[in-house]
Amino acid sequence: MKGVKNDVSVPAQSKFYQVKKNFARNWQIYVFLLPAVAYFILLHYIPMYGVQIAFKNFFANLGIWGSPWVGFDHFERFFNSYYFWRLLKNTLILSAYQLILFPLPIILALSLHEVKNSIFKRWAQTLTYAPHFISVVVVVGMIVIFLDPTTGLVNRLILFFGGDPVNFLTSPGWFRHVFTWSGVWQTLGWGSIIYLAALSGVNPELHEAAKVDGASRLQRIFHINIPSILPTIVVLFILNIGSFMTVGFEKVLLMQNNLNAKTSDVIQTFVYQTGLLEGQYSFAAAIGLFDSAINIALLVLFNSVARKVSDNSLW
Amino acid sequence: MKRFTLSDRGFDLINTIFLLIILVLIVYPLIFVLSASISDPQAVSSGKMWLWPVDITFKGYERVFANDAIWLGYRNTIIYTVVGTAIHLFVLLPCAYALSRKELMAKKLILWFVLFTMLFNGGLIPTYLVVKSMGMLDTMWAIIIPNVVGAWSILVARAFFQQSIPDQLVEASKIDGASDFYIFIRMVLPLSLPIIAVMALFHAVNLWNQYFNALIYLSDRDKYPLQLILREILVVNQMQLNDPGGSAESLVDQVKTAGLIKYAVIIVSSLPLLLIYPFVQRFFVQGVLIGSIKE
Repeated sequence: MKGVKNDVSVPAQSKFYQVKKNFARNWQIYVFLLPAVAYFILLHYIPMYGVQIAFKNFFANLGIWGSPWVGFDHFERFFNSYYFWRLLKNTLILSAYQLILFPLPIILALSLHEVKNSIFKRWAQTLTYAPHFISVVVVVGMIVIFLDPTTGLVNRLILFFGGDPVNFLTSPGWFRHVFTWSGVWQTLGWGSIIYLAALSGVNPELHEAAKVDGASRLQRIFHINIPSILPTIVVLFILNIGSFMTVGFEKVLLMQNNLNAKTSDVIQTFVYQTGLLEGQYSFAAAIGLFDSAINIALLVLFNSVARKVSDNSLW
Repeated sequence: MKRFTLSDRGFDLINTIFLLIILVLIVYPLIFVLSASISDPQAVSSGKMWLWPVDITFKGYERVFANDAIWLGYRNTIIYTVVGTAIHLFVLLPCAYALSRKELMAKKLILWFVLFTMLFNGGLIPTYLVVKSMGMLDTMWAIIIPNVVGAWSILVARAFFQQSIPDQLVEASKIDGASDFYIFIRMVLPLSLPIIAVMALFHAVNLWNQYFNALIYLSDRDKYPLQLILREILVVNQMQLNDPGGSAESLVDQVKTAGLIKYAVIIVSSLPLLLIYPFVQRFFVQGVLIGSIKE
């Protein structure tokens, strides 16, 4: 009873009292959070704090915290190096190439949605999802096999039609195409799931009304289906932009060789190479930081643009 | 009362042809690899085998199964996947459940704490240095711990708990004197099998297929997961899978079987997931869908 009275008269104390009471009653819920909180601190926030080595000269014996500060030296060295523009250009082109193909899963979903035969539809979905479950190592292995200059299927076809065999994997001109389209092969079906779900939520009355007005199937797709799933499209587009500079570098790393490096050298593979293979931790961390700074800037920029023009945004 | 106009029928025809072309493009490489893995290498490289197996032989599989590195990699991958998935669930589920409870204080703050890791991370080098300083280099933990759980999974599982665990149920049990531990383990988890399946499957597929953590954190070959062994065979072409003492084979034959082995090893490593996923597909699809619900 006294407690209740205190609650009203002394707000500061009451707040403390409520927290204490909540904690006494629900402490186990806070215990539930502990493993995740420990994980995020140890493997996300400490590395974030460790980003400071980008502004330091890392010496293994001094550790992350003890190494001397050098300011923006590593960034300057990177921006002034001759490979900076090559890395930036390769990264941007590869990202832009993948972004241009962003509508492909939407087209597949629109097409699948029009299929009336449910057995065919189910089979088509299951088969197009399959490559998603294949590892990136195997996909690159398959690329190597199929594009082999002498025994590969593609080059045998080229020979059959009277062309000259192409060494796709060692030619800088082909790297981007092979990388991007093999990615389409792997992610097309899986990427369409989310749009299919959005399509199944389209109000059927809209279609009925349009039919009465004499709209054709194609017209209804363009004027009903696509506008209906636009919010989903915008949100996924922003999310894609947020990882613009990431380019799926684990696959780039597998496909890279000395001969195609002119186009396959991207920022992330360079970070791996200079940091982990050559041990220039501070320099590589600076480059990685530059990369994620661009990602965040793009995400924030496109999110605000989307919010202004379409009312659909992440936040 | 369906009205079939010519243009409707024409549309269906074109749409079906379009889908069939896409299906062929997606499925053909897979069928080719499967057929090539049991065909005579000569027939494969000459182009005689283009769809179905020709002159069936299981030599490739014999070689693959006779290889200790592949068996060891397989075993390691299974261990990493099972242990990693178990830890994933242990970290994810209690946290997501707690975040779904309305009596949790400072919920916004904790959510931001989790979400911020989606927006920004330390990057490759600082993460590597932290993993190294924790003494996890060259241990199984380096494969499992750096990617225990993502913010996205926590949001998805939390959305599931919010939608499918009735508040009254939890409150009534608490009034009856049940502890939160008891409620979570005895009541919430049994009601949440779909989300547990979804999360476990997503994480297991990632663990099964990832190679990069192993590449940077492991140096002891005995700990290599399957994907690193595959990388050597398929991409780097380092590994000699031919008979160590088998001099009976000419060099030409060895090159041929090397090709056969590549096809066989692709099938051996990918088949488990490719066979299982159609049966659990609806769980995967469900996972993508719950994840798409915007708050």
